[in-house]
Amino acid sequence: MAKVLVVTSGKGGVGKTTSTAALGAALAQAGEKVVVIDFDVGLRNLDLVMGAERRVVFDLINVVQGVAKLSQALIRDKRLDNLWLLPASQTRDKDALTDEGVRAVIADLRTKFDWILCDSPAGIERGATLAMRYADEAVIVTNPEVSSVRDSDRIIGMLDSKTVKAERGERVEKHVLITRYDSARAARGEMLSIEDILEILATPLLGIIPESQDVLKASNVGSPVTLNNAASAPARAYTDAARRLMGETVTMTVPVERKGLMNRLLGRRAA
Amino acid sequence: MDSIAQPTRQLARMRGRSYVAFVFSPVVPIVGWLEEIDATIARSPSFFIGKPVVLDLSGVELSQSAIAHLIASLEQRGIRVLGIEGVDAGHLTASMPPLLTGGRHCGLIPEEPKKIEAKPKPMSLLLENPVRSGQSVVFTEGDVTVLGSVGSGAEIVAGGSIHIYGTLRGRAMAGVNGNSAARIYCQKIEAELLAIDGYYQTAEEIDASLRSRPAQAWLESDIMKITALN
Repeated sequence: MAKVLVVTSGKGGVGKTTSTAALGAALAQAGEKVVVIDFDVGLRNLDLVMGAERRVVFDLINVVQGVAKLSQALIRDKRLDNLWLLPASQTRDKDALTDEGVRAVIADLRTKFDWILCDSPAGIERGATLAMRYADEAVIVTNPEVSSVRDSDRIIGMLDSKTVKAERGERVEKHVLITRYDSARAARGEMLSIEDILEILATPLLGIIPESQDVLKASNVGSPVTLNNAASAPARAYTDAARRLMGETVTMTVPVERKGLMNRLLGRRAA
Repeated sequence: MDSIAQPTRQLARMRGRSYVAFVFSPVVPIVGWLEEIDATIARSPSFFIGKPVVLDLSGVELSQSAIAHLIASLEQRGIRVLGIEGVDAGHLTASMPPLLTGGRHCGLIPEEPKKIEAKPKPMSLLLENPVRSGQSVVFTEGDVTVLGSVGSGAEIVAGGSIHIYGTLRGRAMAGVNGNSAARIYCQKIEAELLAIDGYYQTAEEIDASLRSRPAQAWLESDIMKITALN
């Protein structure tokens, strides 16, 4: 059965788009048929991170408004056969999204894919509420700092009240994904600890993605980090998170950078 | 064929049915008893209107003329006597109400249709889930109990007291309807603001030594007191 998963956070810049691309690619690598949808209408980014920006013809708004067919707007990933992208429109804004249109698109995608990953825009307005509206599950991306955690708390409250599932009296399954985690800084008490974050959010942990240059490098070349360098620490963390989404039990670790022998001898940081 | 229609015989149908009637048991002196009736009528003029009344004369020895006089006196007061019991048939004339026997005791006033009892309004609100940032819970009727935490940027407004079994990181406003006896209790105090009946303290004013401890807040002659619970 298809699962609709929204990747959301409230706060901007915490890694929603990166996480959507990385989780989508990791799920696809595991053999699932995946589509990632960019809900950030007007400020689209997912096409860049997925490296598909030069192949966008039609977009989500075109489909919602009936200008294009879903099959015309879906872009197949060049690296993975079972990974697809539904891009956002850059020329429109969030008001172009309608509840009914989104419902129809999601319902259509449910018949074609195993996973539908919705990359939510930041904020709590129309774009974000429509991205989460039809979700079965949610990944709440949080950085280990107070403003991000408070915004995530707000988003969790909305997931529990504004989604179709919540209105039916059901629960959206929620997972916290902590990104940009620096274990050294956390040890020095310079950022919120994992325990503090989970205590505040009272939501199960999906994974801990370490702060890493690999994430930025992957974005710059237009490749999900799990595809660009599967052996890197963030890629392994995302792959573990994707396995947990599929129901596997994977021990929770904070992947660290693997230092090469030369680096170790020279005392340099691998990153 | 016989074309003359035979008139079908109509059977007189009779059914038994019982009714509830007031039973008056006059006592001597009859004048004094009638005054009691007058007093009842004075209190609620429509009390006997349309109600069937039976006279039970077993408690008094009345002559035929005295009975006739009593019935007439009641009629003057708008009370019509349906029947008489507890008296020898010889004391009654044909113009008087008939003699009744075999009456059974029952509730005097016919049962009123049951009023749909208005459910007593709940005096407390129980929240089993954490109250998230941005949520506002307003319950002016009474106490609010939260089993989880109250997030930073969330607020609880209660007419009564507020009980929080998790961490209070947001705002708690108790006794908003002027209930200065309301209190705030929490397992862990990291509140942004506490208020009782309009008197408030912000996080900055709350004693730092209380932070992250179980605490309660109450009003003592317009001054908010916050102390640790253990």
